[in-house]
Amino acid sequence: MAREISYIGAINEAIHHEMTRDDTVLYFGQNIATTEGDPFLTAFGSDRVRVTPISETAEIGMAVGAAMAGYRPVVELYMAEFLLVAMDQVVNEGPRMHTMTGGQVKVPLVLKAGYGFTAGWAGQHTGSIYGMFMGVPGLKVALPATAADAKGLMASAIRDDNPVLFLHHYLLTLDEGDVPEGEHVVPFGEADVKRAGTDVTVVATGWMVPRALAAALQLAADGISVEVIDPRTIAPLDMPTILESVAKTGRLVLVDQATRHGSVSAVIAGEVADEGFSLLRAPIKQVTALDTTIAYSKPMEEYVLPDEAKIVGAVRDVLNVDRAETPA
Amino acid sequence: MTDPDWTKGLDNDRLVWMFTQMTRIREFEERVKRTFTDHPGVIRGHTHLADGAEASIVGSLTAAKPGDQYLATYRCHGYPLALGTDPRAMMAEIYGKTTGLCKGYGGSMHLADPERGFIGTSGIVAQNIPQATGAAYAAQIRGAGQVVLCFFGDGASKQGAFHESLNIASLWKLPIVFVMENNNYNVVTRTDQEDANAAAGEPLSVKAAAFSMPGVTVDGGDPLAVYGEVRSAVARARSGAGPTLVESKVYRLSAHGNIIAPPGVPLHFPEHEAVEVFGDAEEYEAAKLGDPVPRFRGTLVTGGVLSAQDADGVAEAARTEMQEAVTFGLDSPFPPPETALDYAYA
Repeated sequence: MAREISYIGAINEAIHHEMTRDDTVLYFGQNIATTEGDPFLTAFGSDRVRVTPISETAEIGMAVGAAMAGYRPVVELYMAEFLLVAMDQVVNEGPRMHTMTGGQVKVPLVLKAGYGFTAGWAGQHTGSIYGMFMGVPGLKVALPATAADAKGLMASAIRDDNPVLFLHHYLLTLDEGDVPEGEHVVPFGEADVKRAGTDVTVVATGWMVPRALAAALQLAADGISVEVIDPRTIAPLDMPTILESVAKTGRLVLVDQATRHGSVSAVIAGEVADEGFSLLRAPIKQVTALDTTIAYSKPMEEYVLPDEAKIVGAVRDVLNVDRAETPA
Repeated sequence: MTDPDWTKGLDNDRLVWMFTQMTRIREFEERVKRTFTDHPGVIRGHTHLADGAEASIVGSLTAAKPGDQYLATYRCHGYPLALGTDPRAMMAEIYGKTTGLCKGYGGSMHLADPERGFIGTSGIVAQNIPQATGAAYAAQIRGAGQVVLCFFGDGASKQGAFHESLNIASLWKLPIVFVMENNNYNVVTRTDQEDANAAAGEPLSVKAAAFSMPGVTVDGGDPLAVYGEVRSAVARARSGAGPTLVESKVYRLSAHGNIIAPPGVPLHFPEHEAVEVFGDAEEYEAAKLGDPVPRFRGTLVTGGVLSAQDADGVAEAARTEMQEAVTFGLDSPFPPPETALDYAYA
């Protein structure tokens, strides 16, 4: 039975559920379980739930080692930028081991980190930096946009035999949504059509999904039917669902909080140009963050980010072009 | 042999086993090195040899028992040989063949044999240290009495990964022994050029004090001395008292690795850096006089553990075994190209 809980509550519920069903799941990281009353510590004990020093290389490296030794660690990293302190372990250790050993070693671990905290956190804590991880072979990347997906993707992340980067969006933390109780698993590599439509395909991730849905609602009042797709995982990336939608609409707008050249949208645009060029009736339009470090001050922060108006504008732009009507 | 306890309580079979493993490692490494001249082009990329470190490797592993686990660096040929890995599979891996230990996906720097506890290696300096610490955390909560031995070089102790890991290992009293093989060179940089302790004339084991764990320095050319220190450290780890840093002073007898060269330039092993870079032939010749393999042979023969004839037999058997490894590696097929994606994901 589903009931409304918060996005962060859903993530915690998934970790709790997976720790209950599998004794090899561990949960450690910074600033967790420092008091006796901590719910995870109370439920699972100090063998499986531990606070670590502020040592990202050791935390992530230990997760790699514990995974190689048969456990399934979930590392609490707080902020995605903290991964940057430990890039060798994130990129060049965990994801490489299975291949380098000819399949002898598996590294099932979850790196849990928040991202996109564009709420006055200025230059170093606001990034949507998944673009630098989604192209790492061996590493999977999940970007849930709803509470239900957050729970289901975390369950899949923990059960996956590969390293998974689970990025939760800070601005969605307290958003509530219907979340199934008990077992709820959302498979990786399956995009979700958040709103069906026929005129324009909009692909959005994370916090951009509610922005895209709001834009779709606004456009519907003008009789424009927008389909909104959330890939949910960007590695693996469900291109068939996106191409199927483009085959129907012929028009594609990609919405991404990341900077343009570090975005998922750039990758999707490339794939659609490669695999689905003949389906397009207008050029692909990308609505991304502008290529700059996010400023602290609110008007400047808002200026560089995609928003509802920019999405609406992009949809209208692609509707104003029709390649079929353009002389060759 | 005035010390009545010179065997450290090891029986003759175990002592001969140690000598045999040291001899096998040396022979294997010499055959890897010879491949560069005998069969140019067969070994690609970068290869690092453990010759000179045999006593340290075997002395350390003698202190372990089945079920213990090991993580090492790119200089990783010695450990699996002593743990029982088939040298034919190892040589085939180094030759990039489908019969290799890692089916040709890893090569010289990334050997792994999890069935024998050798759960992984990292080609990036110091990055196996947190991984070994994580394996030790796993061992601690599994509660089966396992100990992890983590092998790395002196250069690794300049990395944050080393300091972060030793802090947590000591804080959590993890069952791990950190074995630093100090060969006094980080590629072509001498230790006293990059290490504050070394520059101050202190052993590198003093770093352990910063993490409230014991630190000892031992002659890494003497397998029994290494065994004695690692045995104590393993016992401490197994008892739940926590980690130890063992600095094992070794002298690698080959250069850091084969030359780094663009395609078209035949790969080979240059002279050791003492000679090639610093022009210090005396240092290198002195090190060769202390070569741990003949040194241990002398110890065993003098101590009446092994006859000279038997020692020759051990060497002859190793030569035959490693020749077979070379032949097997050369004769084995390459992997089908399209299998390149087989293990991209588990």
